[in-house]
Amino acid sequence: MSRSRDIKSFLIDLAVYGVLVVAYFILVLQFFGGWLTDLFHNHRLGYAIVAIMLMVTQAAGLEVIAHFVLKLVRPKKP
Amino acid sequence: MHFPISDVTINPIYLICLGFFVGILGGFFGVGGSFLAGPALFAFGVPMNFVVGTDLIHIVGKSIVAARKHWTLGNIDLRLALIMVAGTIAGIQVGVSGIEALKKINRVDWVVGLIAIVVYTSISFFVAWEGWRTSKLPALKSKGKTEDQSAVSKDKMAFRKFTRWIQRIPLHPRVSLPHSGIKSISVWAILGVSFIGGAFSSFLGGGAGYIRMPCMVYLLGIPTHIAVGTDLFEIVVSASVGSFQHALHGNVDILIALIMQTGAAIGAQIGATLTQYFTGPRIRLAFAPLPLLGAGLIIYGLITGHHTR
Repeated sequence: MSRSRDIKSFLIDLAVYGVLVVAYFILVLQFFGGWLTDLFHNHRLGYAIVAIMLMVTQAAGLEVIAHFVLKLVRPKKP
Repeated sequence: MHFPISDVTINPIYLICLGFFVGILGGFFGVGGSFLAGPALFAFGVPMNFVVGTDLIHIVGKSIVAARKHWTLGNIDLRLALIMVAGTIAGIQVGVSGIEALKKINRVDWVVGLIAIVVYTSISFFVAWEGWRTSKLPALKSKGKTEDQSAVSKDKMAFRKFTRWIQRIPLHPRVSLPHSGIKSISVWAILGVSFIGGAFSSFLGGGAGYIRMPCMVYLLGIPTHIAVGTDLFEIVVSASVGSFQHALHGNVDILIALIMQTGAAIGAQIGATLTQYFTGPRIRLAFAPLPLLGAGLIIYGLITGHHTR
């Protein structure tokens, strides 16, 4: 019983992470792709700052959002 | 899909799968996976200077989440980490300068590639030997210790004299690290270890945990769990600085790094879950061929031929 709940919880974790990362992935490529390329060629300092900030945001932000969403959707223990 | 920053065309599914696989490795084996991610990017056709910079910024993202977890567990020696950051940043400068010098003579691919092949092959053989040796420790196991604990204890015994000698180096200033249980150690010893790690990190890409972790545990005498947490915290700072430097020199394709990170975020969850079902030194034996696979991918990249941009 506990094992099946663990697997269910794990699958929900995966689904939530999957949706979030794919949404972020499309967002970055769709809206930032051209802008980042332009920054890389014309404003290297700005590109370096934005690159670090994007990576930190993706790692930390995604974790925070995922935790929040998981709290809402994870099956509650009886 | 074309990536205009590094001017390469790669199917993004490959990058997500690569990130996913590296994420599983990170969660399962507790390693950064740069020995595989970097060579795979090179085999996909990414120039070596972009491989190094992109792999380094990818490490920033992965380390932040892990370091936060270690912070809550109290596994970070902040004083040690801050000293190490200074040494690592100096080492990173040397590594970045090395890449830039090689770019000028158009030899990045071959020099970095050949050094990476030597390092990855050495790791592979060392891990295989260590895993095999650890699994042959019945005497210590019978004293109530696990195979891993026995191996670490035996290694620490073997290195104890050297560790004491390092801790007694009469170079000032000296610092005490109460969180790591070290009464006094020369700042220069810590800076030396972190400098080497930083140079490897920015020259070959990734976090260079394969060289920094053993040095911290066996040379400086830092307890393993503190070494892991402190190393991750230190990597967040130093890899950020290194990535920034590489980005300024045009060696980072952030689009590739972000796509890889999406796969890694999911892979890390699976890897961490899998550790509940598999443990022990036999896991390290399974890990042993992976750096060798990385070396093989670099050889493939060198043979098929790419050019530094």
